[in-house]
Amino acid sequence: MVTIQRNDLQTLFDALERRGYRIISPTVRDEAIILDTVHSADDLPKGRGEEQSAARYRLNRREDDALFGYAVGPHAWKQFLYPPVQTLLQARREGTSRSSGEPGFALLNPEGADEEPAMAFVGVRPCDLAAIRRLDAVFLQGPFQEPGYARRRSRALVVVAQCTAPSGTCFCASMNTGPSAPDGFDIALTEVLSTGPTVYLAESGSERGAEILRDVTCRPSTSEEISAAARAIESAAGRMGRHVDLDGLSETLRRSIEHVRWQQTAQRCLSCANCTMVCPTCFCSTVEDTTDLTATIAERRRRWDSCFTLDYSYIHGGSVRPSGMSRYRQWIMHKMSTWVDQYGTYGCTGCGRCITWCPVGIDITQEVAAVQHPSIESVTPPRENVHG
Amino acid sequence: MPRQRKPKLAVWKFASCDGCQLSLLDCEEELLAVVGEVEIAYFLEASRAVIKGPYDISLVEGSITTPHDEERIHQVRRMSKTVVTIGACATAGGIQALRNFTNVRDYIPLVYATPAFIHTLNKSTPIADHIFVDLELRGCPINKHQLVELLSAILNGRKPNLPQHSVCIECKQRGNVCVMVSQGLPCLGPVTQTGCDALCPEFLRGCFGCFGPKEMPNMASLASHWLKEGMAKPELVRRFRGFNAYAEPFRKESEAHEK
Repeated sequence: MVTIQRNDLQTLFDALERRGYRIISPTVRDEAIILDTVHSADDLPKGRGEEQSAARYRLNRREDDALFGYAVGPHAWKQFLYPPVQTLLQARREGTSRSSGEPGFALLNPEGADEEPAMAFVGVRPCDLAAIRRLDAVFLQGPFQEPGYARRRSRALVVVAQCTAPSGTCFCASMNTGPSAPDGFDIALTEVLSTGPTVYLAESGSERGAEILRDVTCRPSTSEEISAAARAIESAAGRMGRHVDLDGLSETLRRSIEHVRWQQTAQRCLSCANCTMVCPTCFCSTVEDTTDLTATIAERRRRWDSCFTLDYSYIHGGSVRPSGMSRYRQWIMHKMSTWVDQYGTYGCTGCGRCITWCPVGIDITQEVAAVQHPSIESVTPPRENVHG
Repeated sequence: MPRQRKPKLAVWKFASCDGCQLSLLDCEEELLAVVGEVEIAYFLEASRAVIKGPYDISLVEGSITTPHDEERIHQVRRMSKTVVTIGACATAGGIQALRNFTNVRDYIPLVYATPAFIHTLNKSTPIADHIFVDLELRGCPINKHQLVELLSAILNGRKPNLPQHSVCIECKQRGNVCVMVSQGLPCLGPVTQTGCDALCPEFLRGCFGCFGPKEMPNMASLASHWLKEGMAKPELVRRFRGFNAYAEPFRKESEAHEK
């Protein structure tokens, strides 16, 4: 474990840029902390925090100069590993092929060399690292690999920021994905505010991470700093605004297909798909084929899709899930029950995005609690945390 | 595959502002390709030269507001193989459908010096209330990329990619921060059909609902959320009474809060 002084954190950014990484980290834009390309430690949301509750997000200022003093925002890392719109194929009509007499075509830009620079994700929260590993299971560990995801993921460097600032909608502690990540990163930072000037405790989790850390200005951590970091993480675990009881959850949900709660929630659900768009593990997509006016160029594109649209379950004769109820139930069942059957983990990492960014504040933790404990008419409203 | 002859395209105007027809001229780089693939046979906004029908594709802009137009739209249908309604007026009655919530006779003397000359219907209605419509393009105005996509699809005999889901899906995919959650601005995005590339939220404005209701919108939930957040009922009614005021889900929700 080494300690990086606040003013030396830039040497980490310099080390990454020197190696040609495109650095992506939390940064402030449009009244929120989003993820975008940055060049310097100064681009981090210095002294910024936020207040999050169901259907509400407000950026605010902290009383300290923390660089990681906030929970996750509306963006998730999937947008970089699995972009919202990807061109899978482009073909140009080319005269007539000699052998068959049929019109021929040539493929343009076939999948291959990736000219994009490798990405370094700086400030990945443990819940979001867990989400990336869920996507790994989906895209890399099945019988087929998703080539674009595999290429971007294998080149991406992950710098975790252990979480010391959970929000009112967080529940990673109860999903066992945070607030600290024991492994799966290249470098992990813990921001320590309590021992004097702000410092960052850093550890490497890979050879690549260790090699980069050797270029960063740092010194061995003191035992006081190490215990302060542990206390900050432990305190974060106790400040989660939400909680989910995992005891028998996937089985309970499986037995609750006809639960009255689904109908009640459907009264509120907008089927707008915001929850699935912000969810760091939702990966569904659709493929659309298109042509230009002259039928010279044909293109096949993959777009993020959502189980909340009518089109999503459209098969011959109609949609399998025509009602809002069946769509909401499908989503929550997959996150909290059938995902376990498929991948051996929950599809939910407890990041709380779906609660915050649902326009009408539907709360996944309250929904599962209502199904688990039918005697509870309305679950006690969770307390809200405020940063800063 | 060389086509036998270029399909004939007609553009018709009913009660409207011409903005949607202009989207065709606004196609800029694609306009030459369009002209290369279709014969613009009737498009008074662009040319006085008129080629007689029948037409392969008729783009119909505007709503039906007069007895004369009520007749004329049937002639358009008879002359057209494929009828495509374009824009909020043609697909939902447009902003002029605000008259449908009042009595238009009360307004005529306020606007016109000689009310006796005005022959108008009580309601402004969408084209599909009068004739069979093959395809529709939503929006106020329509999106030119959707127009080119639709024409390409018709010309190439394929299904157009015109999603009916919420604005929110495009909004999130573009990386916008939700203005309702982060700033408390009322936004119709969750109940409105996409097609605009989430233009207003991109500029930190709430969605005005130009593209009309999405598939199966939950109007009541959004309305009760706004009321809970402190929106007054008259304001709520106005939110739903924009360019698509007479689209059924928007109409019903605004009427429910008018009492």
